[in-house]
Amino acid sequence: MTAETVQEKEVGRARARKEDARLVTGQTNWTDNIQLPGLVHIAFLRSPLAHARITRADTSRAREATGVIAVFTGADLAAEQGSLPCAWPVTPDIVIPQHPPMAVDTVRYAGEIVAAVVARDRYAAADALEAIDVDYEELPPVLDMEEALAEGSPKVHEQGNKSFVWPFSNGDIEAAFRDAPVVLERTYRQQRLIPSAMEPRAVVCAPVGDEFTLWSATQIPHVLRVMLALVTGIPEHKLRVIAPDVGGGFGSKLQVTAEEVLALLIARRLGRPVKWTESRSEGNLAVHHGRDQIQRIRVAAGADGRLRGLDVDLLADMGAYLMLVTPGVPLLGAFMYNAIYKMDAYSFRCTGVFTTKTPTDAYRGAGRPEATFAIERVMDDLAAELGMDPLALRERNWIKHTEFPYTTIAGLTYDSGNYEAATAAARELFHYDELRKEAAERAAAGDPVRLGIGISTFTEMCGLAPSRILGQLAYGAGGWEHASIRMLPTGKVEAVTGSSAHGQGHETAWSQIVADELGVPFEDVRVLHGDTFVAPKGMDTYGSRSLTVGGIAVVAACGKVREKARVIAAGLLEVSPDDLEWSSGRWQVRGDPDQGKTIGEIALATFAAHNLPEGVEPSLDSDATYDPDNFSFPHGTHLCAAEVDTETGAVRLRSYVAVDDVGQVVNPLIVEGQVHGGIAQGIAQALFEEAAYDSSGTLVTATLADYLVPSAADLPAFVTSRTATPSTTNPLGVKGVGEAGTIASTPAVVNAIVDALRPLGVPDVPMPCTPERVWRAIREGAAR
Amino acid sequence: MIPARFDYVRPGSVEDAVRALAGGGDDARVIAGGQSLLPLLRLRLAFPDLLVDVGGLSELRGVRETAGSLEIGALTTIYELTRDPLLTAHCGLLAETATLIADPAVRHRATIGGALAHADPAGDLPAVVLALGGSLLIRGPEGEREVRAGDFFTDYMTTSLSPGELLVAVRVPRLGGDWGFRYEKFRLTAQSWAIVGVAAVARRSNGHVAEARIGLTNMGSVPVRATAAESAAAGAEASAAALREAGSRADEGTSPPSDLRGSADYRRHLARVLTGRALAAAAGAS
Repeated sequence: MTAETVQEKEVGRARARKEDARLVTGQTNWTDNIQLPGLVHIAFLRSPLAHARITRADTSRAREATGVIAVFTGADLAAEQGSLPCAWPVTPDIVIPQHPPMAVDTVRYAGEIVAAVVARDRYAAADALEAIDVDYEELPPVLDMEEALAEGSPKVHEQGNKSFVWPFSNGDIEAAFRDAPVVLERTYRQQRLIPSAMEPRAVVCAPVGDEFTLWSATQIPHVLRVMLALVTGIPEHKLRVIAPDVGGGFGSKLQVTAEEVLALLIARRLGRPVKWTESRSEGNLAVHHGRDQIQRIRVAAGADGRLRGLDVDLLADMGAYLMLVTPGVPLLGAFMYNAIYKMDAYSFRCTGVFTTKTPTDAYRGAGRPEATFAIERVMDDLAAELGMDPLALRERNWIKHTEFPYTTIAGLTYDSGNYEAATAAARELFHYDELRKEAAERAAAGDPVRLGIGISTFTEMCGLAPSRILGQLAYGAGGWEHASIRMLPTGKVEAVTGSSAHGQGHETAWSQIVADELGVPFEDVRVLHGDTFVAPKGMDTYGSRSLTVGGIAVVAACGKVREKARVIAAGLLEVSPDDLEWSSGRWQVRGDPDQGKTIGEIALATFAAHNLPEGVEPSLDSDATYDPDNFSFPHGTHLCAAEVDTETGAVRLRSYVAVDDVGQVVNPLIVEGQVHGGIAQGIAQALFEEAAYDSSGTLVTATLADYLVPSAADLPAFVTSRTATPSTTNPLGVKGVGEAGTIASTPAVVNAIVDALRPLGVPDVPMPCTPERVWRAIREGAAR
Repeated sequence: MIPARFDYVRPGSVEDAVRALAGGGDDARVIAGGQSLLPLLRLRLAFPDLLVDVGGLSELRGVRETAGSLEIGALTTIYELTRDPLLTAHCGLLAETATLIADPAVRHRATIGGALAHADPAGDLPAVVLALGGSLLIRGPEGEREVRAGDFFTDYMTTSLSPGELLVAVRVPRLGGDWGFRYEKFRLTAQSWAIVGVAAVARRSNGHVAEARIGLTNMGSVPVRATAAESAAAGAEASAAALREAGSRADEGTSPPSDLRGSADYRRHLARVLTGRALAAAAGAS
């Protein structure tokens, strides 16, 4: 190779995903596919009641049933099961109730585990569940957050129904509202959602002596290993956690679950491998839910639309217990209500409330979609109040591209952004002015099908997270990520990442990064992840952190390999390392580029180790742990046109334009996929999905026939584009894209519906905006 | 799927199937495509002791022409309904409705007989067969009998089929070229059940509706005819306004459910609006 042959850069190429061949041809093992000699199956009996005392649990008939090996109740495991961990005690006085993996004397949500059957096959296990007799003494359910906080409410836990109050303020909020020409107050309901990953949760646990291997469909094998060791007392070095190929998570697998802990305890008790895989309806009950907040938001503005102050009072439903990061989810939103806007003062207060419902925790976006919804809805309403175009109102208030870096009223420093560019691009693709004209014409003509335009100029914080900030927020761990590079003798590369992919395409994107950093072909890189014995250090995958933290760790590890290779190349070429320059995978002599060694040649020489410089170890391998200095701040402008049939309330999304700025793009195909899926998931919240409970606390959307996850047939063709304002805080200039679409699209859709109906006297439609709700809102508007 | 235990037979003839069903009594269930029964088994909401799988009875599959009517074998799949040339030519309502049921995978397995015998009032085909004035051919230990659709659906998910009886075919009239049709399906997502469905057929004559028949999905415990709207439509001008007026009587005599997908009064409203639209489309009104 000569210096003239410049390899095309891999970063930026739309590479088809390496992992897809095995995934789409069924040549992989999901957790449920794992077969081990002597494997037995667990089935869990779950409480049918929202709140009750267990007065008797008789397992004798189940123990006698065909194929049954063992039956456990909470009482059987009470001494060893510990309490499921909450790693985010957001205030010093937070109430963190005991959370036994299996209920011992009280159940606090329908779906809580009360017994486990272990049997030779899963049919026998399911049959035996019906032979367990549990007597309950019903207690009053606690289903409404406001009622839960009222005096005299039945208590979910002895300590009461309030977990914490977390306040934040900056600037003189009273002054901002005092004499403000315009003050708007709105209350929005973030309905409860159920994450619906393609692969249900599953766990397999195999004991060998006092050592254990646990396979789980998890996003967090590393965090899980630490937590399981702490909960069960099994020494960490005797516990190996493997996340094989995992079929999606959306935050639902960012968890230390009761089922994982119980599988481990039962495997230890029985001394044989066990497996549990949930059914979809079991998952709907027991996977942690998302959202579920009541947001009271007040905004003060000048007559010219300039924002003065923002005051947010939030009730966040924790459900019955605090799970891994439950209390922290609404706090991630605390920094996002001010969004891309400048203002004088901001005040935020969040109260965490216990109810007798399934616990909530992170769900795609985790706090940020909720915040973005509220501010973007209010901006549209404020524009209507002022008679301004809602884009013009936003432009009046947003941070200009010349003003970065900009420290917001919430205290974050946004490093970069260009809201003008993204909005201009979106406006043109959307044909904004033409659609505005058509909407006005339809309204003037009294057309029964109205047209509305919804706007969402969102930003978010990704790249969770600088460890020092997590520490300030009382999170129980850091936010770094780890990578290592193993140079094989033949010049091939194994890249080990602590970022545990569950559908994101790390194997492809990381290969592209390594190919550029080491000058090797894309095909020569193998990415290893998801097994704590193979990738021993990691903080795993959530919060759009993989590329912005884990990807940068890969860059750093590659840099160390290059520097080691430089020293060895210098030895081989008999020059000083300072005389070498790096060019396309090769160290070459400055001024004499024919003299050089490729990384492959250096790797082979290092393997032989015959002729290395004095004191140089025979290895190019390296590790890097990267802790980011700052979050990253992707942003974008999403525009939605919705047609509303005022006779039936039916909503049809006519067009949807998304212009996202995620900084530099490593793989445009992957980014496109994330944007499409994210938009779909946000639209799902706006129009379709809701976890509904009846008055006794029974989840009535326990199957996918009732919990409506939309398919492609329910969605418009998305028009997507990008602007690219690189992040200035990491060497790749990347920002993260895993959650952007979900954060952006929900308010864009609801804003479009309300925009269509505002002339009919409709100020708001609660989510999901089902046809009946839209129809009722129109009737109420007409009556107004 | 982890159902409770059951026995399973796969008879080779209709006679054997009837014999097996009769032997199983109340605890025997027919399984064809399984698209309604399997979810009930999976959720352990049904506990049959015996499943009689009629999937191998190929003589029950396909559409044939008889005098003035079409006979559709009970095992004809929903997908086949969408493509059958006889149906497309002479019973477009059935072919069109079939395209709106569930998703392609389900349509390739689910059968018309299964959908009718399941008798879910939220299913689309019961109201369609009712609107068409169809009838059902039933084979039992005593031989064959024919039941009009209006008499077949007796209660929520209940039919006049006795233990030991097997639905073998559906008979629908051939509609002439002066008949138009429409199924208005209103649902939350493309693959979810109808909140309300309206099946309408109308014969047009001299710019007026000479005759109309309307079946309603999910407006009661059984599929129902919108008789008041039918009467109002008969003789009405074939215009959107006149048929909207006729449609406004669609909910008379119905008792729709209130559930997660819609309240009773919303369903009544939808039935009125959708009937007007279905009649207008069926009558070719502008």
